[in-house]
Amino acid sequence: MFVSMNWIQEFVDLSGLNLEELIHRFTLSTAEVEDIYYKGNDIEKVVAGQIVSIENHPNSKKLHLLKVDVGSEVIDIVCGAPNVALGMVVPVALDGGRVCAGEIKTAVVAGYESHGMCCSESELGISDDHSGLMEITDDVALGTDICALYPIRDVIFEVDNKSLTNRPDLWGHYGIAREFSAITKRPLKPIPTDESDWSEGEEVPVEIKSDLVYRYSALRVNNIKKTVSPVAMRIRLFYCGMRGINLLADLTNYVMLEMGQPMHAFDGKKVDSIAVGTPAEKGKFTTLDETEREVDENTLLIYNNDEPVAIAGIMGGLDSEIVGDTDSVVLESANFDGISVRKTSSRLGLRTDASMRYEKILDPEMTVTAIRRLVKLLKDVDPDCFVASKLADKYVKKYPAVELTFDKKYVDRYTGIDIGNDQIVETLTALGFGVKLENDTFTVDVPTWRSTKDVTIKADIIEEITRIYGYDNFEITTTKSPLRPVRAEAVKSEDALIKDLLVNKFNLHEVHSYIWCDGKKYKKLGIEVEENCRILNIPTPENGTIRNSMIPTLLTIAYENKSFAPSFGIFECGRVVDGYLENGYCNERRRLGIVLFDKTSKEKDLYFKMLNMLKFIFRDIKHFDADFAKAASVRHAYQHPKNTAEMLVDGKKIGEMFTLHPMNSQKIDKNAAIVCAEIDLDDFFAVAVRDAEYTDPSKFPTIDYDLSLLLADGQKYADIKKTWEDLHIPELTKASVIDIFELGNTKSMTVRLSFSSPDRTLSMEEIQAHIDELLANLAKIGIVLKQ
Amino acid sequence: MEDKTSSLREAFQGLLEKVTSSEEIEQLRVEFLGKKGHVAGLMGQLKTVPNEEKKAFGQAVNVLKQEIEKQLADAHERIVKLEEQKQIDAAEDYDVTLPLDLDMGSYHPITVIQREVEEIFRTMGFTIEDFSEIVDDYNCFEALNIPKHHPARDMQDTYYLSSGQLLKTHTSAAQNSIMKKYGAPLRAIFPGRCFRNESTDACHENTFFQMEGIMIDEDISISNLIYFMKTMLSEVFGQDVTVRLRPGFFPFVEPGFELDIQCLICGGDGCPSCKNSGWLELCPCGMIHPNVLHYGGIDTEKYTGFAFGLGLTRLAMMKYGIKDIRVLNSGNLKSLSQFIGK
Repeated sequence: MFVSMNWIQEFVDLSGLNLEELIHRFTLSTAEVEDIYYKGNDIEKVVAGQIVSIENHPNSKKLHLLKVDVGSEVIDIVCGAPNVALGMVVPVALDGGRVCAGEIKTAVVAGYESHGMCCSESELGISDDHSGLMEITDDVALGTDICALYPIRDVIFEVDNKSLTNRPDLWGHYGIAREFSAITKRPLKPIPTDESDWSEGEEVPVEIKSDLVYRYSALRVNNIKKTVSPVAMRIRLFYCGMRGINLLADLTNYVMLEMGQPMHAFDGKKVDSIAVGTPAEKGKFTTLDETEREVDENTLLIYNNDEPVAIAGIMGGLDSEIVGDTDSVVLESANFDGISVRKTSSRLGLRTDASMRYEKILDPEMTVTAIRRLVKLLKDVDPDCFVASKLADKYVKKYPAVELTFDKKYVDRYTGIDIGNDQIVETLTALGFGVKLENDTFTVDVPTWRSTKDVTIKADIIEEITRIYGYDNFEITTTKSPLRPVRAEAVKSEDALIKDLLVNKFNLHEVHSYIWCDGKKYKKLGIEVEENCRILNIPTPENGTIRNSMIPTLLTIAYENKSFAPSFGIFECGRVVDGYLENGYCNERRRLGIVLFDKTSKEKDLYFKMLNMLKFIFRDIKHFDADFAKAASVRHAYQHPKNTAEMLVDGKKIGEMFTLHPMNSQKIDKNAAIVCAEIDLDDFFAVAVRDAEYTDPSKFPTIDYDLSLLLADGQKYADIKKTWEDLHIPELTKASVIDIFELGNTKSMTVRLSFSSPDRTLSMEEIQAHIDELLANLAKIGIVLKQ
Repeated sequence: MEDKTSSLREAFQGLLEKVTSSEEIEQLRVEFLGKKGHVAGLMGQLKTVPNEEKKAFGQAVNVLKQEIEKQLADAHERIVKLEEQKQIDAAEDYDVTLPLDLDMGSYHPITVIQREVEEIFRTMGFTIEDFSEIVDDYNCFEALNIPKHHPARDMQDTYYLSSGQLLKTHTSAAQNSIMKKYGAPLRAIFPGRCFRNESTDACHENTFFQMEGIMIDEDISISNLIYFMKTMLSEVFGQDVTVRLRPGFFPFVEPGFELDIQCLICGGDGCPSCKNSGWLELCPCGMIHPNVLHYGGIDTEKYTGFAFGLGLTRLAMMKYGIKDIRVLNSGNLKSLSQFIGK
């Protein structure tokens, strides 16, 4: 919102103060100022001049040779404006003067000397009208400086609208003037209004048919002859971001910018009664921006004899708009339900200056003052107009009055500093609060323009006191609360440990991806988006499904990084949704996803690299081993049906690793090996950390016994391992595989068994007895010694 | 007899002068001092020496033996030194300036910045909490005093889910649960990923990281809040920062503030980074709204507190000079692999 300091100074005397500093204070005490514009500073030596002679330029159809009386002399000007007329009084930039475009100097234009320039409004920066010369219709002495004639010089500042969302009172200049009054401790002047009792005629009939209306005030004014607003008013509107339209439209806008109260002017010849309500069924309505809009059962409308004439609080209708030839107006100054206005405005995609204000929840007390203000302004411009009705004022719903009580101790405790009672009273009074102070207890009446939603509890009062006091003036101190030791959450440190291992030991890169499936990217890799929880309102519907695994998103990242290096690994600790909980909510899981991509090694080697990585991480953090077993079935189509392994702790699956289904691996890269792993971190974190196990190393020698065994197709190390585990040989302290040799369908595996005892040297016979027993058991599952 | 020792001495010295390696010294030692060496031979002649000369002869041979031992030791030391020097001279001069492929892993910049900030808070006695990304209306809005019809709840800002939940729009969504979990007094931070339904460009992302912090205790005041924010931010930026507070409106704090820091690049004089204002808007903060404390089960008559939000994504961008926010979620390793070390 744009704020004119000229306008502010109509309500609070800021003379002798530095405006820029004040605007800075406004940022610190009230709302953020985004920019300051110095208007009219570039206009110099522009005076009122009268065209006293016009000749056509001999060689140009457009140009005229003018003689212009600028008071002190008559000067020659070559002018190209289409609306030059004899006797017309216009702004003239003299030799050495300045307009927006730059300096004006005597020059030869198309063969003739020109000693100045006649100006349009746009050249003076007071409107965007550059169709012709600005005509000065006011009675002025020729030679009068234009800046003395009109308020061209002004300081305008722009407030960030977002910082005003909770302050309905700041959507007009008067409210902002009140802030300056509190900041500068200078008095706030009342708004000049027409205080007649308006006893002529009948009230405009107003019927309220909806509880979305708080108040509706209306008044008829007749015999309005003037149609154009005074220049000063138009300049002010323009500086504040609006455009002059006609006198009545300009006046409603002016009052809105001044008081924050939106108003509407209906053509008094077309509108003679008012009803406010919602339509029984859907329909069409054309607003004054000539757009047909759909209105529904929730759209609050203003009716005149059953015909809708406006969308309440948003925009008037085209048919009841004020056009040039009417001399009668029905003024609306009303208060509608802010939430309803916001919803309608957002449904229609029509946000107007009025709706923006209503949705902030305006003070219904303003409506009548706004009408009185408008009548005052109208009469100043057009003294012959008269109020032709009594004031209609249906005040059907009120916001509750707010009274707050608190004591000085409360303020001290909340602020941490000592703000004197006098200062509290002074600040709150300046902001319009009624304050009573008795024995350090304050009783505060919140003004109506703050009590609609903004100030309702005593903590709100703290803000009022402190922001005017100034946060820069606070003496700052540390808290008195005692120091308490804090232990990092176990989850947090395990999460950090995992990342540290992956990055520092295994050289992986951490990435972040989105929580939803990217349908298009998945498709490229041949991955189907699987049914899962959906985002209802994502703009790209193919991305609406929340991922149920980290792997597809990581695969798309791996795919996009194919040219990064011949081999690399990526991981992400993120969230997935794995089905639903009993209450229908998402089963959100923390997951670690890892993808290894390698063009330089065999898939099998990469698979074992991953296995090693997962085992390492688990043992490093939990101090014991997780088990791995081939998965009986796969859950996702992109997983390799054979080479998918589950990571198990006490039989419970906490993760899995797999290569890709050939369909997908072919699409990602024909020449690269890709291995994926996903660990459920919630499950991982839940596994208790064991203490490292310690046994004294034996003082007696260890005896290694190597066995070369022949395994049939499909037999695994786990099958062999089970045979000695079943025998529970305490002296067997370690088993390792030292060689594997593939022979067609069978496999030879050389296993080294290490035997030792803590208290004696083992005899060869003793060991051989164990081996014999072992071989007998192995033979039962078809595993024999290699000959 | 004198002749025999001196001629052996002369012979030894003649040979010693020609020696060039430690092997030759060893040979010479064996030749003269070995069991069958010349000195032993000379000593063997002792029995042929008349008795009255035996003592003198023996002494002379011993002197000779000691001389030879000493000279051999000296020569050995000299020659080993020479040999070592030769090895040094012959050794390859390794080029440590060669480029090496270290194949280092990398952390996501958010992880790096998050760890730095968490560490600061840990030293200040804060608990660090994790929180889900999918939350419900109660945690995200209701418990934060954001009324039913507040614009923040609009479809254009929030991703609503088919489960009736939503993607957390701010880390504040964790406040209520954390207050209920720990009660007062409480110091906690909760970093997390947040989501807003908006289109992305160089400055906007629909998925980003924040870190929220709350401190609740008896008599926590605005004065404490300012002090804390100044101290904390000075730690975060590793230099003394100047802060200023402006009124800012957030439904879950009262009073609420926008906190600016004096621009670290120009020191407040005005530069392009701070759009010539000298200040950078950094984090929203405020005194926790009594309703929010109440919903969190905290006695508002006894306790007050403050809350603040830090944009981790923004901090990471500031720290590393990342100009396009989309880099962070791009997965592009050409960018991300540069963030080595934590």
